[in-house]
Amino acid sequence: MNLIAKPSKENLKTYAPIGLFLVSLSILDVFINAFFNFNLMAFLPSQLSYFLPLILGFIGFYLIRIEFSGVRFLDILNKNINSNNFNALLTLFTIFIIIKSIPPMLDWFILEANFLGNSKDDCTGDGACWVFIKVWFNRFMYGLYPDAEQWRINTAFLILFAIVGVSFFVSEKLKKYFVLFLVFVFPFLGIKLISGGSFGLEYVESAAWGGLSLTFIISAFAILFCFPIGVILALGRRSSLPAIRYISIGFIELWRGVPLITVLFMSAVMFPMFLPDGTFIDKLIRVLIAITLFEAAYMAEVVRGGLQALPKGQYEAAKSLGMGYWRMNALIILPQALKLVIPGIANTLLALVKDTPLIFVVGLMELAGMIGLAKTNPKWLGMAMEGYVFAGLVFWVICYAMSRYSQNLEKN
Amino acid sequence: MIFKKFNIENKKARDLIPQAITVLALLSIIIYFATNAQINMGNRGISFGFGFLNQEASFDITFSMIEYDGSHSYGRAFLVGLLNTILVSAIGIFFATIMGVIVGISRLSDNYLIAKVAEWYVEIFRNIPLILQIFFWYFAALRALPLPENGISFYDISFLTIKGWYVPKFIWTNFNVFLLSVIAAFIAIYFINSYATKQREQFGKQIPVTTISLASLILIPLITFLFLGVTLTFEYPVLKQLSPTVFTYAGGVSIIPELIALALALSMYTATFIAENVRAGILGVSKGQKEAAASIGLNKNQILKLVVMPQALRIIIPPTTNQYLNLTKNSSLAAAIAYPDIVLVFAGTALMQTGRAIEIISITMLTYLTLSISISIFMNWYNKKMAIKEK
Repeated sequence: MNLIAKPSKENLKTYAPIGLFLVSLSILDVFINAFFNFNLMAFLPSQLSYFLPLILGFIGFYLIRIEFSGVRFLDILNKNINSNNFNALLTLFTIFIIIKSIPPMLDWFILEANFLGNSKDDCTGDGACWVFIKVWFNRFMYGLYPDAEQWRINTAFLILFAIVGVSFFVSEKLKKYFVLFLVFVFPFLGIKLISGGSFGLEYVESAAWGGLSLTFIISAFAILFCFPIGVILALGRRSSLPAIRYISIGFIELWRGVPLITVLFMSAVMFPMFLPDGTFIDKLIRVLIAITLFEAAYMAEVVRGGLQALPKGQYEAAKSLGMGYWRMNALIILPQALKLVIPGIANTLLALVKDTPLIFVVGLMELAGMIGLAKTNPKWLGMAMEGYVFAGLVFWVICYAMSRYSQNLEKN
Repeated sequence: MIFKKFNIENKKARDLIPQAITVLALLSIIIYFATNAQINMGNRGISFGFGFLNQEASFDITFSMIEYDGSHSYGRAFLVGLLNTILVSAIGIFFATIMGVIVGISRLSDNYLIAKVAEWYVEIFRNIPLILQIFFWYFAALRALPLPENGISFYDISFLTIKGWYVPKFIWTNFNVFLLSVIAAFIAIYFINSYATKQREQFGKQIPVTTISLASLILIPLITFLFLGVTLTFEYPVLKQLSPTVFTYAGGVSIIPELIALALALSMYTATFIAENVRAGILGVSKGQKEAAASIGLNKNQILKLVVMPQALRIIIPPTTNQYLNLTKNSSLAAAIAYPDIVLVFAGTALMQTGRAIEIISITMLTYLTLSISISIFMNWYNKKMAIKEK
């Protein structure tokens, strides 16, 4: 019966090389097929040559599956990708799919893509037309903000990064002033710089703001305002005073139960009805209020988690020291509770950044909105793929960095 | 004595003052808004009320599960939008759960490649805003599909084209009988299950519940086909020429590209979060539990079914409920690609035509609140069922 002995340590010398050769052959076949469009096994009937790499690889993996072979490389291979027949098949499929999908991707992104030129006619290849991104890059970053004034946005963000960067290197005492400046003074200086209207700066109305910089502006202000509101709501929800507790619960659950898009609709069409006739509040400010209240409800739930996690002894200790409600919360409870939920806060901020593209429903255009505008330009029709891949990459880099950062916080 | 009494009153008063101030402030804001709203509506010559729901809507909706055209009322249009929202949410939840479970388990696979691929799937799709993914599928990926005349054919019964996915239509006779038989099968399964549980707990007898359940689910409806006159035929989509260059498919059901793009994006995005929940749930079951189960002689399937899954589910369900809620709320992004959901139909077109911002936005928000609360009530009930019953 045992025509072919089970692979074991005894026949390692014969089986392992044959197995490795078969696996390499099958991968090589798929590789050459995918990259050079040449079929090594063309002499075989088409059905067979189609499945041959799979069969060869499967036999090869079977032959090298030797327990405790004593060869380090084989042991690692068997443990990680070849522990049984099913795993060997999965491994082969994964490798083949990855190899097969590389050439078309490479072609589209780089080899067949066009980088040079400044109009759609310069895109002659079959791949992506990166010229589109290059020509529209300024619009994607700054929206309809006048070209000559864009240095103001750059300056505002440069100052922001400079302050954040420097604050990492100064002493603890100075750091406090940096943070205070960043939270209470800089946002208003920055917005004055960008909107202009005084100090000899030309006024730029908020309808012209847009692109990625608007994403950052909205995220920054929403973060700034939603945090204190969220903390107050969380305290309200845990308050012993029934009226305050129920109002907080109602407020939080109302915002958490509806989608952001309806809240934005509300800010656009319903909110103006609630104001005295003739009052006009800038669209951007209305959107900011909507996003802030919406995210504050989520923030409140995160902070509440931290408040609940604190042991009761902390409250009792603070009270026994004769502290009142506000002093107790400000000095004892919140500093500890907030430290507990830093990862949760980071996740809420991440969700906020991912939600900003939704402002297109009220006609404000950040990155995704500007791409929607650019792709419907008659001179640039058919560029949706390039635009959305670009926007996806930009957002992915930002969000991935944020999520890695919050994961690191979670670990520490 | 007097001092003590005074003190209590003082505390009561101290509690009352902030509450009274908050309530008063809230009330005055509401009254301020309400008076403004009344004045504004008076200026525009409209009065607050829901009578407009009975008026003729006179706009068309591209995709509807119930009979609808422009002659129906705004109320009917609202219902069409609501059903479309529920449809895409249900499809999304179904596929997100399946993909989430597969990806979550793959992340824990001992196969390095599979685990890495699953991890990158999660990292990529979780960190791109959902709206961009919807735009990508709708404006970029699905637009690359062929025109109807050379649509991608699946065995000539189903066609994928740029105008949508054409699938065969089910044509039933005596559908009610069939439906009743399915309900009967479920009731039978319920009784079999409770009987089997009793047998197991009292006498330690194992009854192959899964096999019996599956058999009854197939056999009972099958009887209706054989003896009770239920028939099922299919109407296949057929290519039809409208003019020398314009083709379309006649017959069958057309699944519009908006629905495909939305369902794809929603399920792929939410699957990443569900995958993380599943992974955390399985990791959360301590190793000792599996070893203890093995030591009392349960086999691998029994360990998974009777020991690991019940405990893992208890960790998985609450955050997954949240994801289902998020998916339902995120389905409102449909408005961005003109899938006729409740936001587009009602808060968009109907609002534009009637100008009744307050009524329409309130109804829309209330609808979402109701949907959210009903899903969370259902999941709470399920969660309670799964929770440890301490004896």
